[in-house]
Amino acid sequence: MQPGPSSAPSLAQTTSRANLAGWLYVSPLVLVLVPFFVAPILVVLAASFFATDGFGGLTPGFTLASYVEVLHSALTLKLYLATIKFTVLTWVFTLIIGFFVAYFLVFHVRNQLLAIGLFLLCTVPFWTSNIIRMISWIPLLGKEGLINQALLGAGVIRQPLEVLLFSDLAVVIAHVHQLTIFMIVPIFNSMARIDKKLIEAAIDAGASRFDIMRLIVVPMSKSGIALGTIFVVSIVMGDFFVVKVMSGGGSASVVSAFYEDVGVLQYPTAAASAVLLTLVLVAIVSLILRTVDIRHEITR
Amino acid sequence: MKSDRGDIELAGVCKSFDGVTNVVDGVNLRIADGAYCCFIGPSGCGKTTILRMIAGHEDPTAGEIVIGGQNVVGLAPVQRRTAMMFQSYALFPHLTVRENIAFALRVRGMSKADRLRAADAMIEKVRLTQFADRLPAQLSGGQQQRVALARAAITEPRVLLLDEPLSALDEQLRVQMRQELRRMQQDLGITFVHVTHTQLEAIALADLVVVMEQGRIKQAGAAREVYAHPHDRYVAEFMGGQNVLSGRVEKVNGVSFTLAQAAPSGIEVPLQARSTVSVGDKVDIAVRRDDVVLVRSGKELPPGCTNSLPSRVLAIEYQGYFVKVMLDTVPDDAFVAYVPEKTFFADPFTVGDVVMATWATGSALPLA
Repeated sequence: MQPGPSSAPSLAQTTSRANLAGWLYVSPLVLVLVPFFVAPILVVLAASFFATDGFGGLTPGFTLASYVEVLHSALTLKLYLATIKFTVLTWVFTLIIGFFVAYFLVFHVRNQLLAIGLFLLCTVPFWTSNIIRMISWIPLLGKEGLINQALLGAGVIRQPLEVLLFSDLAVVIAHVHQLTIFMIVPIFNSMARIDKKLIEAAIDAGASRFDIMRLIVVPMSKSGIALGTIFVVSIVMGDFFVVKVMSGGGSASVVSAFYEDVGVLQYPTAAASAVLLTLVLVAIVSLILRTVDIRHEITR
Repeated sequence: MKSDRGDIELAGVCKSFDGVTNVVDGVNLRIADGAYCCFIGPSGCGKTTILRMIAGHEDPTAGEIVIGGQNVVGLAPVQRRTAMMFQSYALFPHLTVRENIAFALRVRGMSKADRLRAADAMIEKVRLTQFADRLPAQLSGGQQQRVALARAAITEPRVLLLDEPLSALDEQLRVQMRQELRRMQQDLGITFVHVTHTQLEAIALADLVVVMEQGRIKQAGAAREVYAHPHDRYVAEFMGGQNVLSGRVEKVNGVSFTLAQAAPSGIEVPLQARSTVSVGDKVDIAVRRDDVVLVRSGKELPPGCTNSLPSRVLAIEYQGYFVKVMLDTVPDDAFVAYVPEKTFFADPFTVGDVVMATWATGSALPLA
């Protein structure tokens, strides 16, 4: 090691080379995220502050007019309440179904191959498109659908139930159908990592099946439940299509409103609603992450 | 539930997982109340399965398991009043030490105040008071082991079952925890059944050592009995400390018989009272490694030693208080002498030396 004029540039060179390597490592992710995530968000954010001429033309500038309009509208609150209702109902049902399906697969199916087979069976509905899946509810739930026919035939009802299709109930059914898998997968994942010896140790201590679920399985599946919750909540809150189709246009969600706005060229209000919804979702997700340290649980 | 006695009786216990082969094959055993019993055998010999059947985590295919005079087959662990300490402990990772220990009381519906008081008393007993609020992952192996022990003992079981409780610990800690287990067993005054594959662990701890092979008991008895008087070649080799020689009987003369072996004049072995041998039989004998005396060829044999087997020193291992000398005495089996350190270094051998291996004739033990 002799201090000389030559050592300084070589040090700088190695640092810059290390930097370059670092950038190369993150570049694939950056190349995806910047154009497909960061840029659109910035565009929407910018648009939300622009003024509009009412015919789709945007005047660059800074005005909070769109936010004021959105926040002052009674419709906004109504839509948020409706969306939250769908979200909570969907969340509750997907959680219950998802938890028990995962529980059954992990703790009651002894044969690993069978468990994997059943797990794949859960994904069968996803082999076809969302639209087909929703349409396929019509012959089941419709006025002359299977359920009504069966109930009429059995003499349980005299008039076909109208509430089954094109209603809030139908919206929730379609959501649950679509999203339960998003609960099953992460919960299955965290349950599968529970050491079976722990269950035996609990039985040895005298725990009932319910005790085991309440004191061991549920707390140890927390990270899976939290992840599934994030998936389900963010998807339901960001949906307008299922609500539109399954409610027959009778109900709307937050996103339906800005879909309408876009339809009538009200870009800034649509953008402001979108920013607002994003903030609400970020708040919900960070609340979930605060209760469950997912990163800690996953690396455990 | 009436009896507090923790004596265990296994009668014709069999277990088969596939309906074809018996993992446990007709085991009969009586373990006294308050005894420390060690099951020992290689992996797959069925010792853990027996433990799990006593614990109630596995049902026997046939046979009876009687604890305190009551047939417990089909009963849940709680009804048997047994508790199990699992291999690698199976502590609940999301519960603190205190909550782990109080778990059994919690599911029994004891009030929070009562169960935490009981747990704290137990925590003190295993000297973990300062760690009561930690999670298992924040504890060392030895501390986790003590939590597991405390968790199993808190329900005051009449039998505590331990599945390789020391296998996850390093050597020094293992010796230390061994003593702690024994102390705990004496404190609690209950029956301990301990499964291990370490001979030293078994003979250091147990009142009753049960040596198993392929689902059957090969020998059960006091530690010293099993170590010093193995029934057969398997037990002798498994427990260690013995040289096993085999050969055909050449002569029988009332008090002893002679085994044709590598030795020019054969090996003289005392006859056990119960054994009957006749000329031509193939017989195994055991000679304790620490009974073997090595004499340089040409020198006088010590008194009482009539057999001498010429051998070459293959290897020498210094073990501290003794020196392990490996010899080529018999062609197929290992033959080892444990020479006291001082004796060895008074006249040390080197590899390749030719010596006479001998032992007090009366100390050789014919095996079944």
